[in-house]
Amino acid sequence: MYDVASVQVPAELAPSAAREAPWRVVARTAFPFIVVGAIWEFVARLGLFPPRLFPSLETVASAFVRLTANGILPHHAFDTLIRLLAGFALAAAVGMAIGIAMGRSRRAEDVFLPLVSIGAPIPGIAYAPLFLLWFGLGNVSTVLLVGFVSCFPIIFNTWTGVKAVKDIWLRAAQAMGADDRALFRHVILPGALPYVLTGLRLGLAQAWRILVGVEMLAAVPWGLGWLIFGAREFLNTDVMLAGVAVIGIIGLALEKLVFQRLEQFTVVRWGMMT
Amino acid sequence: MSTERTRSLRRAAVTLLVAAAAYEALARSGMFPPALLPTLPAVARALVTSILDGSMLNHAFHTLSRVLIGFALATAFAVPLGILMARFRPVEHFFLPLASALMPIPSLAWVPVFILWFGLGDIVAILIVFYAAVFPVLLNTWSGVRAVNPLWLRAAGAMGADEAALFWKVMIPGAFPFIITGLRQAFLRAWIAVVGAEMLAASDWGLGWVIFDAKEFLNADVMLASLVVIGAIGFIFERLVFGSLERATVLRWGMVRMAKS
Repeated sequence: MYDVASVQVPAELAPSAAREAPWRVVARTAFPFIVVGAIWEFVARLGLFPPRLFPSLETVASAFVRLTANGILPHHAFDTLIRLLAGFALAAAVGMAIGIAMGRSRRAEDVFLPLVSIGAPIPGIAYAPLFLLWFGLGNVSTVLLVGFVSCFPIIFNTWTGVKAVKDIWLRAAQAMGADDRALFRHVILPGALPYVLTGLRLGLAQAWRILVGVEMLAAVPWGLGWLIFGAREFLNTDVMLAGVAVIGIIGLALEKLVFQRLEQFTVVRWGMMT
Repeated sequence: MSTERTRSLRRAAVTLLVAAAAYEALARSGMFPPALLPTLPAVARALVTSILDGSMLNHAFHTLSRVLIGFALATAFAVPLGILMARFRPVEHFFLPLASALMPIPSLAWVPVFILWFGLGDIVAILIVFYAAVFPVLLNTWSGVRAVNPLWLRAAGAMGADEAALFWKVMIPGAFPFIITGLRQAFLRAWIAVVGAEMLAASDWGLGWVIFDAKEFLNADVMLASLVVIGAIGFIFERLVFGSLERATVLRWGMVRMAKS
């Protein structure tokens, strides 16, 4: 189905540079950015494009510093993060509940699967105008839409994970006298967790991708999406690029700091995954 | 087995009927204005009229052409680059950090920037689709080529395959399951991106634009009808196009087995 853990990509496959000196790794990673930055700077200073549309890196950096110092950028970022977390928490709670129910009970599977299969292929952002119409401009629509959209990968992966728990583990635990609760807590949940984590990760990534777009449409007073979209009116390309940079940093931090840690902490430690 | 299957189908049908009936009851109850919550026949009528007068097909055509052009450009760019990255260390060292830095930025965040640079219209939508689609294809191609079993390469080399044969007969088929996964993910993202880009970079035609425009006139029936079309096209691509691509290549070559579901 959609976005179910199929082929595990990057991270672990990363370049086999274990024995390289740390400063070389840093230099090597920095090199492409320096090259691209230099090209950007060169084009910006060449004067081919109006500087309002194609600002030099210095202008972007100073916009970044200015907006951070006077607290505008942190405020936007904070509001965006709150929305992301609220929507994602909603999706995680509902999605995991539905997914576990679908994995455990045939009846729940038959009831939910058709509904979920119909909802999933429609891109989340397409619902945005409908949600805006129903729930009004602002936070409610944004959070609900983000939650709704990131729900689907969580449901699918939780469902797959619960179904992938080996029958023999269940029977072994039962034979050793585990009751339903122990079975759930000690066998099904840990067994399904690698999938559930993948689902949460995909869900968060989806939520993040949608949120920025929804903020542009929903006319929320604060938020990175709105910052970028609003800056367009005044041709503040430097502000826009600073906003895009912050969005990139947050996205990277979510992936590296939150999910890789969580995975280390649970499934890798239990030896479910290496 | 087959009785279980028919029971599943029956239950699925019952679920959908109940859901539809619940929606219909809510829409007819008069608790919400019918402009916001149209009845199902109204949605169906909107869908049929817009298909019959050709406007829906025209919108779908514009959206599809944008998504396909952007997707084709992304594939043409990312597959060769991914192969180069996997084969040559310096290329990998140069592009991997860039890709990892750009990937977490949602494509829609670039829409306002691109609008300023390229004006409203097709170019913005195509570039946004390109941006959305390029990273999944790139990273999957890269890891796919890296994941080709070195034993196969050595075996083919020992049997006298030259560089070209090694590349076309071993490496590409070996990496293909990953590449297809990448294309699939890329299409899903591209499909989201095109709808969002059309909403933000208004351009007269396109399914995203119809939905957004319908909001202004409170035409919830048109919105729901367009959602149906968007979902149907996404579903068709996911199932028919990529499904048959998979059957024609990796399944036939025995690289992966059909998931039993």
